Amino acid sequence: MLKATATQLYDGAFNLFERPMLALQRLFGQSRIAWVFLLPNLLIFGLFTFLPIILNFVFATTGGDRILLDDRPFVGAEHFASLLDCESYFDPNSCHRDLFWRAVGNTGWFVLMQVGFMILFSLITALILNRDIVLRGFFRAVFFYPVLLSPVVVALIWKWILQRNGVLNAGLEGAGFGTINWLLEADWAFFWVVFVSIWCNMGFYVLILLAGLQSIPTDVYEAAEMDGTPRWRSLLRITLPLLMPTMLVVMVLSVIRAVQAFDEIYVLTGGGPGSATTLLIQYIYDVGFATRPRLYGLAAAASLLMAGVLFVLTMMQLAATRKQSGDN
Amino acid sequence: MFGWILGRRGRHGFDLTDWLAFGFLGLGVVLMLGPVLWLVLSSFKTEAALQEYPPKFLPLAPIERVVPGYEQPLQMFTVTAGEHAGRELAQVRRIGLNAQMVDPANPEERLNVNIGDREPLREFGVATENYTGVFSRFNFMLYFWNSTFITIVATVLTVLFNSMAAFALAKYKFTGRNAVFVLIIATLMIPPTITLVPLFLVISQMGMVNSHWGVIWPAIATPTGVFLLRQYMLTIPDDLLDAARMDHASEWRVYWKIVLPLSAPALAVLVIFSVMWRWNEFLWPLIVLNRSEVFTLQLALNSFQGELQTSWSNLLAMTVLTLLPITIVFAFLQKYITQGIAQSGVK
Repeated sequence: MLKATATQLYDGAFNLFERPMLALQRLFGQSRIAWVFLLPNLLIFGLFTFLPIILNFVFATTGGDRILLDDRPFVGAEHFASLLDCESYFDPNSCHRDLFWRAVGNTGWFVLMQVGFMILFSLITALILNRDIVLRGFFRAVFFYPVLLSPVVVALIWKWILQRNGVLNAGLEGAGFGTINWLLEADWAFFWVVFVSIWCNMGFYVLILLAGLQSIPTDVYEAAEMDGTPRWRSLLRITLPLLMPTMLVVMVLSVIRAVQAFDEIYVLTGGGPGSATTLLIQYIYDVGFATRPRLYGLAAAASLLMAGVLFVLTMMQLAATRKQSGDN
Repeated sequence: MFGWILGRRGRHGFDLTDWLAFGFLGLGVVLMLGPVLWLVLSSFKTEAALQEYPPKFLPLAPIERVVPGYEQPLQMFTVTAGEHAGRELAQVRRIGLNAQMVDPANPEERLNVNIGDREPLREFGVATENYTGVFSRFNFMLYFWNSTFITIVATVLTVLFNSMAAFALAKYKFTGRNAVFVLIIATLMIPPTITLVPLFLVISQMGMVNSHWGVIWPAIATPTGVFLLRQYMLTIPDDLLDAARMDHASEWRVYWKIVLPLSAPALAVLVIFSVMWRWNEFLWPLIVLNRSEVFTLQLALNSFQGELQTSWSNLLAMTVLTLLPITIVFAFLQKYITQGIAQSGVK
């Protein structure tokens, strides 16, 4: 029944487009019909991806709180100047836009901690799962499951655990420790933001690293075992070097994502306490959309700065690995 | 003894590293599934049980009973020590270390019991009202429908448009083909979060603020999808298409009746991704959708957790209902999802 309906729908959609497409084919000829197939996708790309990229520069160089470009006076590099106006870049308080620099600092720490520990844990997990153990599929699925959960759900799950009368505090108290208001103390809030972000992203990288590990031919290990090479040594000398290409992918992807972290953090802490867990995207969202007057220009300028940093970071990673593989 | 369960396939013996490996994995399972399990268990607790500290593992609700002469229902305790040991009493109030209690059978007589000598009486009670409340008080079906609408429409359009573009890029030779392909792949490098402000201008100029189409249109021309499908379509032999053309099949027929069915595995991967992306999406809907009647489930959840700081019971039930569809999909398609991601390297 269901299958019959699906087939009917599929054929119906075919019939719907057949006549106009045939007419277009007669009009353009057989090879230029390719452009007709490309058109819907390109149109959407153009309107919602390329056009905004160009408009971003227009927004970044105009002021005011109006969205329409005609109503926005040209201000040149004023937004960039105000964002970069600091006496010392290591002290957000000395900056004109102190919140921006706090967000930059937070994001820097976040990327360092989140990416570092996440890759470490993912690598350990992938190495263990690669040991041809029983129930591998089950374990892999368990580690991957949180990846599929929506960021809002992830944040609420942990908020429920970390709340003042939550299960974590109860457990700690039962074990004889004091309770802590986890999300209201700056350092702990930051810790949990990193932790939760690792929790819900790690499975993805475990999967990628595991695929990388499984593509390493086993005869290399067999040869090493015949030579009596200890296991830890073959890990350092064989596995890790051969895993480098996959590692590069994982590093580039995870850094790009970490710089843009927003969803689960926004729901978990709202950027607080104070601005302790406000990252860059939240700053852009706050300045451009959440608070009035909406400073679209400032938000656009901040996102362009972020794009620049992302680009440089990616290029640095690519260059670093290229150099390394060149040395070997 | 545990060798058959813990040992590695095709090997005998069990050394220290195996113990460490399984210790790590066991801890991982607790850490990954524990929080979700805790959420599900909690969502079945009554509001009173949720307020209880320290919380109980299972949804065990304290028993309350109406006693003649008292307006509020009183909580029932069993007395474990002292002169009233063994009796089941209702607590009237607590004064310092003493509790004033009454026997429901004889409500006139007040009894004093040391608070250390009594234990609350509990019964296993599943608070289904948390779930029914979500439907009756919170308009859950509206948000569910909004999310479903966006997910289905966006996924159908994503698969259609991306596969058309992929077909053109994989199966035709025309000037500008490589340029178009590079242009599409280049946008993989530009994260969508960079263009929030100008995209909002485009959307508001098209009158799509507070409309589901404002969430759908920007999402459907995914470079990931075009890339994924193009790579797959390259493996379909051209002879097959040429044979159909010899039989006077139109290009549209070639695409719809030959290439699409043959690309089913890659299409399935894209469908799964698209459903995941759209169902879980948060930041862009947060910007575009401001009125509660157009909220997606994620937005509704977020706004409720802001408003109802104290009423966890409905919020927890709603969270469980939100994670349910994705969990069911994962339970059935686990193998395809993990394989698809491992092979294509996208999420």
